[in-house]
Amino acid sequence: MSRHRIVRGMDYNDEYDGYDDVYGHSVDDDCVSPTDQQWLYDRARGQQSMSAFISKNKNIEEEAEDDDDDEAFQKARRDSESFQMPELDELEQAKLSSCVDEVRSVVGDAVSERRIVETSMRFDYNIQQILDEILNEESSLKEKEKQKDKEQEKRSQKLKMPATAAKTLLMTTPTPKPTPTLTKITLATGQKDARRGFDIASPKAPASPVISGRNTPVDGGDEATTRNSNASFKLSKEQAQRNAQQLYTLERATLKSHIHMIVIGHVDAGKSTLMGHLLYDTGNVSQRVMHKHEQESKKLGKQSFMYAWVLDETGEERARGITMDVGQSRIETATKIVTLLDAPGHKDFIPNMISGATQADVALLVVDATRGEFESGFELGGQTREHAILVRSLGVNQLGVVINKLDTVGWSQERFQEIVHKLKAFLKQAGFKESDVSFTPCSGLTGENLSKGAQEPALKSWYKGSHLLDVIEHFKVPERAIDRPLRMSVSDIYKGTGSGFCISGRIETGVLCVNDKVLVGASREQAQVKALTMDELTQTSVFAGDQISVTLAGVDINNITVGCIICDPQLPIPVTTRFQCRIIVFNVKVPITMGYPVLLHHQSLIEPAVVCKLTASIHKSTGEVVKKKPRCLGNNSCALVEVETSRPICIERYSDFKELGRVMLRVAGVTIAAGMVTKIR
Amino acid sequence: MKLLGKYVDKGMQGNVTLMPEESEDMWHAYNLIAEGDSVRSTTIRKVQNETATGSSTSSRVRTTLTIAVESIDFDTQACVLRLKGRNIEENQYVKMGAYHTLDLELNRKFELRKPEWDTIALERIEMACDPTQSADVAAVVMQEGLAHVCLITASMTLVRSKIEVSIPRKRKGNVQQHEKGLAKFYEQVMQSILRHVNFDVVKCVLIASPGFVRDQFYDYMFQQAIKMDYKLLLDNKSRFMLVHASSGFKHSLKEVLQDPAVIAKMSDTKAAGEVKALEQFYMMLQCEPAKAFYGKKHVLRAAEAQSIETLLISDNLFRCQDVNLRKEYVMLVESVRDAGGEVKIFSSMHISGEQLAQLTGIAAILRFPMPELEDSDDDDDEDGAAGGDNSDSD
Repeated sequence: MSRHRIVRGMDYNDEYDGYDDVYGHSVDDDCVSPTDQQWLYDRARGQQSMSAFISKNKNIEEEAEDDDDDEAFQKARRDSESFQMPELDELEQAKLSSCVDEVRSVVGDAVSERRIVETSMRFDYNIQQILDEILNEESSLKEKEKQKDKEQEKRSQKLKMPATAAKTLLMTTPTPKPTPTLTKITLATGQKDARRGFDIASPKAPASPVISGRNTPVDGGDEATTRNSNASFKLSKEQAQRNAQQLYTLERATLKSHIHMIVIGHVDAGKSTLMGHLLYDTGNVSQRVMHKHEQESKKLGKQSFMYAWVLDETGEERARGITMDVGQSRIETATKIVTLLDAPGHKDFIPNMISGATQADVALLVVDATRGEFESGFELGGQTREHAILVRSLGVNQLGVVINKLDTVGWSQERFQEIVHKLKAFLKQAGFKESDVSFTPCSGLTGENLSKGAQEPALKSWYKGSHLLDVIEHFKVPERAIDRPLRMSVSDIYKGTGSGFCISGRIETGVLCVNDKVLVGASREQAQVKALTMDELTQTSVFAGDQISVTLAGVDINNITVGCIICDPQLPIPVTTRFQCRIIVFNVKVPITMGYPVLLHHQSLIEPAVVCKLTASIHKSTGEVVKKKPRCLGNNSCALVEVETSRPICIERYSDFKELGRVMLRVAGVTIAAGMVTKIR
Repeated sequence: MKLLGKYVDKGMQGNVTLMPEESEDMWHAYNLIAEGDSVRSTTIRKVQNETATGSSTSSRVRTTLTIAVESIDFDTQACVLRLKGRNIEENQYVKMGAYHTLDLELNRKFELRKPEWDTIALERIEMACDPTQSADVAAVVMQEGLAHVCLITASMTLVRSKIEVSIPRKRKGNVQQHEKGLAKFYEQVMQSILRHVNFDVVKCVLIASPGFVRDQFYDYMFQQAIKMDYKLLLDNKSRFMLVHASSGFKHSLKEVLQDPAVIAKMSDTKAAGEVKALEQFYMMLQCEPAKAFYGKKHVLRAAEAQSIETLLISDNLFRCQDVNLRKEYVMLVESVRDAGGEVKIFSSMHISGEQLAQLTGIAAILRFPMPELEDSDDDDDEDGAAGGDNSDSD
């Protein structure tokens, strides 16, 4: 097979990566596409804009022939194929469509839809003028073709120049049709290279400034093709040549941005109640269900748990009145979709909380304002402290502190200030920036200051700040690493409704589409994605940061365990049993020595491990080696250690993948250290 | 183990005759027998006979053989000890120097001859023959989706079965799958208890878990026992004991054995004693680092200064192939005892012993601080690490 070059399917972007910067993936060919690319049907590109194609294209797609004679036809067809309707408001849209219909009735199908739309927008939907313009243009088409030939010669000379120079030159080159159209605006972004993750068209997706060299599109593409030829298994072409950023723009640009928020705090601080009430207030829980909870909780004599029952669903949790596993729910604010993760506060369920926190972008720390309760949660061994440190070590840096149950102390400002003062000092020490931490007084049970501003006069008198929903609204959406190779951590495995089984988890980096081939876990077995669902809705592609369920085929359910990583077959995740990490030791009762058995928490994975070597103890702030091969590691020290697991695990270096390079070491129900993976053996 | 005869002369040469009575005794035998010893025991051997006409017949005969041990295999799960070596006493079936593998059997005596008996070995015989030592406890450490059913005997912790079931998480409107998965998991753990726990021997069954898993499991087990009429469980209900543990992994057994309620119930078992001793060492390391040392180099230096109060040593150090190395450790133990110190020999089959084996296998709590040992770290660090690696590989 390899002797036959699949010319038609070849991605010319990879062949001439020098021009890639310049000619990227533009949708407008007649301005900037002097290379061969113009005359070739690029299947991969067609598929990227498939949705646009289905909705708008009136031509029937056919196998592309390399007939150079019929340029006009080619161009027109491709135009409509890869053309996306400009974004307009409803009125404009209506005007436009009626205008297009009118014009079509006169000129027929000979003229591409794009041209019509462009022209009609240029002349502000004046049908007479539009028709004039279009028909005139038709007649002068031949002239233009000649002009274009010249143009092409000029370009082909430029091919020899370095890409950057070409880029600047290009700006000055007169375009054959100097009419400023809307599509040209998208072209301008194309020149800056859409694959670089820079996109003006999508207002909500922020520009990604941090992209490591490893993932620059040109290199990535190259690597992909070379590896593809070597790989023992065939990937579908779409998967190999996918342009993640474009796909993301296509699918998500119009949607609200999505964040995951974990709610943490000491046991009985009122986390579930607070969230339950918030869900009720935002209309995510129906009156009927709420009434049911009220009646049932009354029957058990635990009416105060009625809101908590929204998230605590298992019989065990309800009977005992505590959350045991992470509850999930979502709310929509004005600009965001927020997935709430309700973590258990009880000490014994911290493993569950850790697996929830690894999926979170931001955290909400709930503290009980009742006298004595705050103190017991905050003192050594209380969960307020441990949770806050844990989420910080797991990479959460925005924190909203909710001072709950303030009604029990009569909305006292002093109490509020006292708690804020204590927490501020502690959180600063834990590594939170002051600007990223907010404090909100409220009451989960009465619903005060949740979704509406303060109503209670006692609170209103001194509190002028924002309410809880507003705080959530103002969390910044973190950067999503869409351009990077796929990594997904499995947090749950269950039988789906149809055939096969489902795994759920969070996409840490990259893109996953239906029919993709993926590698599963440390055994690196190959599986195929059969279906993707997000919040019960079927999707065709999902992106970094999404919480999804995947239906897998081609792999046995027994070969997948909670905590394993699903990854890209071309750039698989390292698998190891021994790695070096840099740890920070928390308050420990006994020092860490060589041979110390620990539980390793990595994403949702919990694995017994042994600290098998203490390489060096290092200075906390400067990072200098204080002592080589220390005998033991005491409280609050920082060190390089080697950790060995009994079974191989998937892990990444912190410098490569932040999300997958963090580990927690726990012993006897206490977190003794947090670490970053520095070296993998 | 029964001691049937012991003939050890002043030069510490001689032989002993022993009869293993339970599987635990195999472990003791494993620790006693070293390469180069000779063992005499009855065994079954396939013998080929050639008749005058040239046809050959093979038959299995029971015979008594004496071999010079060349390699020792111990199967921890089945508690079977296999000794391979050359025959050193010719008899009618087996020629001199022929290879044979002895399978030591329960209730069949064997004779062990050593070129030199040391105190450790003699102590081991004493310990093995002490009938009061046997106090068996079964322990189930569990968490949602993971359980270990273990048998704790005087000198071994045996994982009888490990149960790993992936239980679907609770999700919106789909609690059934979670609860079904949980029930399936409990069922498996219960079946494993029924299969592996011998209530004639086991004094109590510890059920340890974080959260409420143990209570849930306990309730489930006795509900099922009543429903299915499991007499075995119902009769022994009083032997079950619920304890807290932080996880379902094997090393949380350590926490279980430190639980005050458990200590009260099984005060004198070796396992609990070892856990306590190791904990003391770690506490000392935290509070007064100059009074707690590990690694061969440091401990030897401390022993020279006669400062060792408690010596913790793992028995895998005595199983090493190198006779001189073993001698060195025996000397160390003796010198500590002579100086009035206490020596605790950890069984490497216990949880705490495993940890000690990882910690170079040797550790000591001192009578007085020796900060100079700590200071001299840098120059002899390499040796210490090398010593540690050696003991790991043993």
